[in-house]
Amino acid sequence: MITTIYVTVAALTVIGLLIAVVLYFVAKKFKVEEDERIDRIEAVLPGANCGGCGSAGCRDFAQRLVKAPEIGALFCPVGGNDVMKKVAEVLGQDAVEQAPKLAVVRCNGTCDNRQKTNYYDGVQSCKVKAALYTGDTGCKYGCLGCGDCVAACKFGAISMDPATGLPVVDESKCTGCGSCAATCPKGLIEMRSKGLKGRRVTVICVNKDKGAVARKACLAACIGCGKCEKVCQFGAIKVENNLAYIDWNLCKLCTKCVSECPTGAIHKFNFPAPKPVEQPVEQVENKEVLL
Amino acid sequence: MKKTFKIGGTHPKDSKLSSEIAIESFPPVPRVCISMAQHLGAPATPIVAKGDKVVVGQVIGEPAGFISGFVHSSVSGTVADVLPMADLAGNMVPHVVIDVEGDEWDPAIDRTDKIVTESSGTPEQLIAKIKAAGIVGMGGATFPTHVKLAPPKDKKAEYLILNGAECEPFVTADDRIMREKPVQIVIGARIMMRALSVEKCFIAIEENKPAAIAAMTKAAGSYVGIEVLKMKKKYPQGGEKQLIDAITSRQVPSGALPIDTGCVVQNVATALAVYEAVQKNKPLFERVMTVTGNCLQNRKNYKVRIGTPLKDILAAVGGAPVEGNMKYISGGPMMGKAIVNLDATTQKGSSCLLMLTEEETLRKPESNCIRCGKCAEACPMGLEPWLLNKLARVGDRYDDLEQNNIADCIECGCCLYTCPANIPLLDIIRVNKAEVMKIIRARQAK
Repeated sequence: MITTIYVTVAALTVIGLLIAVVLYFVAKKFKVEEDERIDRIEAVLPGANCGGCGSAGCRDFAQRLVKAPEIGALFCPVGGNDVMKKVAEVLGQDAVEQAPKLAVVRCNGTCDNRQKTNYYDGVQSCKVKAALYTGDTGCKYGCLGCGDCVAACKFGAISMDPATGLPVVDESKCTGCGSCAATCPKGLIEMRSKGLKGRRVTVICVNKDKGAVARKACLAACIGCGKCEKVCQFGAIKVENNLAYIDWNLCKLCTKCVSECPTGAIHKFNFPAPKPVEQPVEQVENKEVLL
Repeated sequence: MKKTFKIGGTHPKDSKLSSEIAIESFPPVPRVCISMAQHLGAPATPIVAKGDKVVVGQVIGEPAGFISGFVHSSVSGTVADVLPMADLAGNMVPHVVIDVEGDEWDPAIDRTDKIVTESSGTPEQLIAKIKAAGIVGMGGATFPTHVKLAPPKDKKAEYLILNGAECEPFVTADDRIMREKPVQIVIGARIMMRALSVEKCFIAIEENKPAAIAAMTKAAGSYVGIEVLKMKKKYPQGGEKQLIDAITSRQVPSGALPIDTGCVVQNVATALAVYEAVQKNKPLFERVMTVTGNCLQNRKNYKVRIGTPLKDILAAVGGAPVEGNMKYISGGPMMGKAIVNLDATTQKGSSCLLMLTEEETLRKPESNCIRCGKCAEACPMGLEPWLLNKLARVGDRYDDLEQNNIADCIECGCCLYTCPANIPLLDIIRVNKAEVMKIIRARQAK
């Protein structure tokens, strides 16, 4: 009995040693030379494998970074400028700063604003729903409310608000990777600049119908009246196809358009309570004009 | 022996509730909106403008490509507007809106009831006439008929198959025209046989339409080469590839066209339209449409002008038959499309307006796949829907989906109909098929 155990242990040990020796030489012979910087860069990257940079995961991105002569065009939206600075150090290059981005859901078609015209009981997927028809409200541009973006977000930054039926982006969690924007079949999520102190002014609507049609479908729709375009002193707002769009590079956050919009389609975010803000914002404006 | 296709298929209750109701002309409406996208392919280009006077049968839209078709006015009156309007799914499509004034027909159209048996002209002339009449496949797919009748030079048609299977439950439009106009359909078939230069034509009719089989057999009796076949009742018998398999035992290979088997399949309603176009100079501007449903008392088979608003048809049968939520479907219950916009209008492919109550249509809650294989057994294309569903839900497995022939899916819905776990197989497969087709097209374009 005991001899059987001895024999077995001895045999396995010998086999193990033999295989180890073979594997050692195989590993030596077929070793793939890899740039050690890839590992160092991968260690710096967030490791979320979200694909926000356009690569298939963080290691793929690290390989692209090492191969690229200039890293200027490559950017990790999740890690942001901090991570890119570290990456640049590894590669011995200068980091190119980019404004941090944030996912903005451009639809305010809540249950109150947008009446349902039919009832959808099919697969709860925006992709399937969009392939079947234009949606269960009169607006064929707006949010379908099945939450494909929630499923696409790898950081748990998007959730559906049961009260409004619309997705809500948690600004503290959103890394700006853009996977929700790529998933949305209606293309209503836009990656916008986070803005100074997180302050932003955005048109929360993508309806391109004529004013009367858009208004009938949704009370909060942009009707393309052009009032905001006129009131904007910085030329940041353009109305095209009955829809206003604010260019964040030109917007000086004066918020005049917000109060001018007759349907309340323009929203401001992260501004302190309205009264005390009025003065400082005006000053900022004047400074810009003088400069 | 009754013929049928070899693999797959299901047996939904046929519910042909309106089969004994004779065709009735739908009363004129004050305003029609004629869609420019009534055929597969590029939408037609409108050639009339606001204020123009039109007569019945006048061309108002010209084809905008090889696979496209003419569109004719179905009424006489004044063009009120040319603008994009929502179709039955809510998508914007160019429409010509016409305010109806009187009923003045193009003088070239022969409006008598006299049956013209003799036809003349070369195949090219016949096809040109069919093209000018704006005829499309009237079974629902609306593929332009003149394209189907002119196969590529290297392919030779051997058989013409007239599709009178009407395997969709509820729909009785084809049944009625086969009973009421069998001679005209047979003449239409003969014209298409001449256009294709084929000697043999099969008319396939399912066994649940004995009156239609009798009428068509009588009408076809005097002609050599036209044979009426009694088919077993099985869905989707009316599918082009299924019908070819059932009649000739030839299978259309994956990725190939039906013409590769030497068969051209046309609907019986298309044959009638061809007869009217060639013998009577009447373009396609009206069709027979079934208005039915279990909940509807006043069922109809209407001969309705193209562009009639669906809500006017609904009003004519007495409005919504039940209180509360309803589901309206254009076409049959298996492959038809849900209507979300009753302001939408009838088209060349509108075979049926089906009304279903909430209880009849509500989906049951989905549960897990139990690998019973019923979907694979039911699939008439020999696919494995459960596998396609599984691959699709993993995401980004388009190469695997392509290898499992997702592009062959004919979207008949047999898998979804048989699934005991109520998994929305068809919905998932359809969107992923579209993605795969996009990838294939992109690869071919390279």
